[in-house]
Amino acid sequence: MSMILLIEQVLNGLQFGVMLFLMAAGLTLIFGVMGLINLAHGSLYMVGAFAAAAVAGWTGSFALALVAALAAAAAAGALIELLVIRRLYDRDHLDQVLATFALILIFSEGTRWLFGSFPLFLDVPAALAGPIMLPGGILYPLYRLVIIGVGLLVAAGVFWLIAKTRIGIQIRAGEADREMIAALGIDISRLYTMVFALGAALAGLAGALVGAIQSVQVGMGEPVLILAFVVIVIGGIGSIKGALVGSILVGLTDTLGGVLLPPLFGTFMQASSATSVGSAVASMSIYILMVGVLLFKPSGLFGGK
Amino acid sequence: MTDPLLKLSHLNKSFGALKATDDVSLTLMPGEIHALIGPNGAGKSTLIKQIAGGLRSDSGTVEFAGRDVTALGTVPRARAGLGRTFQISSLAMEYTVLQNTVLGALGHDGGVMRFFRPVMKDRRLVDRGMAALERVGLTDQAAKRTADLSHGQRRLLEVAVALTLEPKVFLMDEPMAGLGASGSKRLTGFLDALRVQAPILLVEHDMDAVFALADRISVLVYGRVIATGTADEIKRDPTVREAYLGAEDAA
Amino acid sequence: MTRETLLNIVLFAILPATALVAFALDEPFIITLATKAAILALAGVGLNIALGLGGLVSLGHAAFFGLGGYAMGILASHAQSYTPLMETPFLIEGTKSMLVIWGVAIVTSALAALAIGALSLRTTGVYFIMITLAFGQMLYYFAISWPAYGGEDGLSIYVRNEFPGLNTLDPIQFFAIAFGILAIVLFGAGRLAKARFGLALSAARQNAERVETVGLTPFRLRLVAFVISGAVTGLAGALFADLNRFVSPTMFSWHTSGEIMVFVILGGVGRLFGPVAGAALYILLEHTLGGLSEFWHVYLGLLLLLVVLFARGGLIGTIAGREVAHD
Repeated sequence: MSMILLIEQVLNGLQFGVMLFLMAAGLTLIFGVMGLINLAHGSLYMVGAFAAAAVAGWTGSFALALVAALAAAAAAGALIELLVIRRLYDRDHLDQVLATFALILIFSEGTRWLFGSFPLFLDVPAALAGPIMLPGGILYPLYRLVIIGVGLLVAAGVFWLIAKTRIGIQIRAGEADREMIAALGIDISRLYTMVFALGAALAGLAGALVGAIQSVQVGMGEPVLILAFVVIVIGGIGSIKGALVGSILVGLTDTLGGVLLPPLFGTFMQASSATSVGSAVASMSIYILMVGVLLFKPSGLFGGK
Repeated sequence: MTDPLLKLSHLNKSFGALKATDDVSLTLMPGEIHALIGPNGAGKSTLIKQIAGGLRSDSGTVEFAGRDVTALGTVPRARAGLGRTFQISSLAMEYTVLQNTVLGALGHDGGVMRFFRPVMKDRRLVDRGMAALERVGLTDQAAKRTADLSHGQRRLLEVAVALTLEPKVFLMDEPMAGLGASGSKRLTGFLDALRVQAPILLVEHDMDAVFALADRISVLVYGRVIATGTADEIKRDPTVREAYLGAEDAA
Repeated sequence: MTRETLLNIVLFAILPATALVAFALDEPFIITLATKAAILALAGVGLNIALGLGGLVSLGHAAFFGLGGYAMGILASHAQSYTPLMETPFLIEGTKSMLVIWGVAIVTSALAALAIGALSLRTTGVYFIMITLAFGQMLYYFAISWPAYGGEDGLSIYVRNEFPGLNTLDPIQFFAIAFGILAIVLFGAGRLAKARFGLALSAARQNAERVETVGLTPFRLRLVAFVISGAVTGLAGALFADLNRFVSPTMFSWHTSGEIMVFVILGGVGRLFGPVAGAALYILLEHTLGGLSEFWHVYLGLLLLLVVLFARGGLIGTIAGREVAHD
């Protein structure tokens, strides 16, 4: 394999990883602060993508599409928090799983109702279309590079938010001790709605950004949701740092596994069966990674609890 | 001289900078009630967890009937004959009172991987469970749901479950708490007789009960045993007076 | 007789009564629906052993359902193409015998449950949910990317497998097989819940510390429960594949896991007949709501949401009231 291809794949893995981070960060925050497992997080990703595709279709503006994605996902997040999710904080995980599974059914079929079963298309904006020449003579799609940049920027923003701002202090306090922050006079239900909407907005942003490289369709959020779970298990529930490290690990493993494993198996197997065995193992590689982490650190790389 | 059934040697446990257990050594002899007292936050709960196996000690050893159990967890220590009751009742709340004692009997009996015969028709286990309930005076409550018991009745059920284990040593964490005057008097009489069956390491706040029952008393302050002796020795001990009453009153 | 016992008898009778009436009216499609309900109920009974009795919220039971399905698909496809499964080191041939297929499905899914359970049960709570989900997904992607048995397209089996003395292609006879297995498993699960193992397992769900203090290991109890649970769900998968004469990676998808869980919840968690009520209700909804609107999942979602938020005992809990501790 050529070096150029390898670097290209590493970049693809990074791009996948930062998108996973946008999903995982919201999930892990919501779990860390509210103790809630939210299966419907993938639906918010989908909402973001559909909102972006619809707005881009009407206005032709990618920037407006992104704004719409953020707004729609945050609004949908705030809405379900107010109507459903806040009734679940004191419930056991089983109730949370079921209620949010129910939300997935409602979101998915509702979206199908509104937009139909055919995938929508969201075009990469013209300014970002086409490849760019990287040092070393590598041609790489500019848009994907921008995604990596945006993802890292948002990651930095989330870290800053948690570490330096008032709301971040409240979030960290809420993780440590719910009663305490209520006693300090902070409106905890407003804080919860905000955290949920923030997580939703991050998911919606990811949906919109990825929607421009893949098709926008019902159910698109679910594979990403499950990968985000794997990320959280690897990184440790509630840890933003863990979510970042886990996302990059999973992104790289998934992308590189698919490229490297088939030829690797080819070194000791027949070419035809090496391709099928290799790709089958590659499809499981992130789960194997997860099992490996679990065996040594059952509460994840950065999990305290 | 007989050997102690339970022997703690130089146990230590720190949480960060806080020394919760500081070089604790004590013994429990056959037939005795050894009370462990101390002000709140003295480290009694931590020590109990170290004895029962729920918390690993930083250093020191726990010997049980002549056997070093320091490296063992809760389950093997229970199987080795340690009968523990909890400060905050730790019962299967959805079960009936009788089912809780039958669970204890099942734990003692082993053979849990049986999938077909109804356990509540197993005469041997049910009889053992009923016998334990009778001893603590809960026979009438046998068919009640445990969640519907009063606080004091739950304390008694804790003791009953420990009885079904037929332990070599009882480790009781505030069994009198919430019992009320008559209840605690009744339980005091019961524990008094129980020491013949197996010795009791008793953590208790009810000083009447402690002074009435204990052959020996150890006082735990800031994770250290500051005194061990009979009730009279402890009452007279100046360091104990100081710890409990403050320096002024001791003077 | 308690209200729940009465309800259980009614629930138990509903499926065969439906099938028999449909048989009398010559409505084979209804019989097939009753068969589907019986098989899905069986999957739910399997999950309920882990979930209801053991408190193990597994969101990965599709793994066992799918393995059971593929056990059927792989064995039967080799039998229908007359090619052996394996020649070295020893010869394994395909088969059309349901009994053999069930055995293979049970053993395969039990072994998978042993491996998955041994890893997942090291964790609790949300980790357990996510990890079981991830393992299910791992098998899903494996099934998609493994080309030998149809990959994404799945495998079709042209003729239903054989059961000694019965014509399995006759809907009512196949219903009898599925319902017979459901009845046997329900009986076994009922006994298990009241046996020594059930007492200890359910106690570990209520209070693990208590169980340890009487000298029993929650991990072992849970692992055994998970294996039994997986094996039953695997058997249901083999029957489901035989019902459709088709297997595909969809059986492994996490929607399948979610749906099996929905049967259990709609009926009532921890109730022996909960999955029967839930699966029957699910099939009923699918074919009444599904006839009204192609987006019937919206209604299913709303119903599920209402049950979770306001009727936590499910169908049986709502009708029969709080569970009485059995003696």
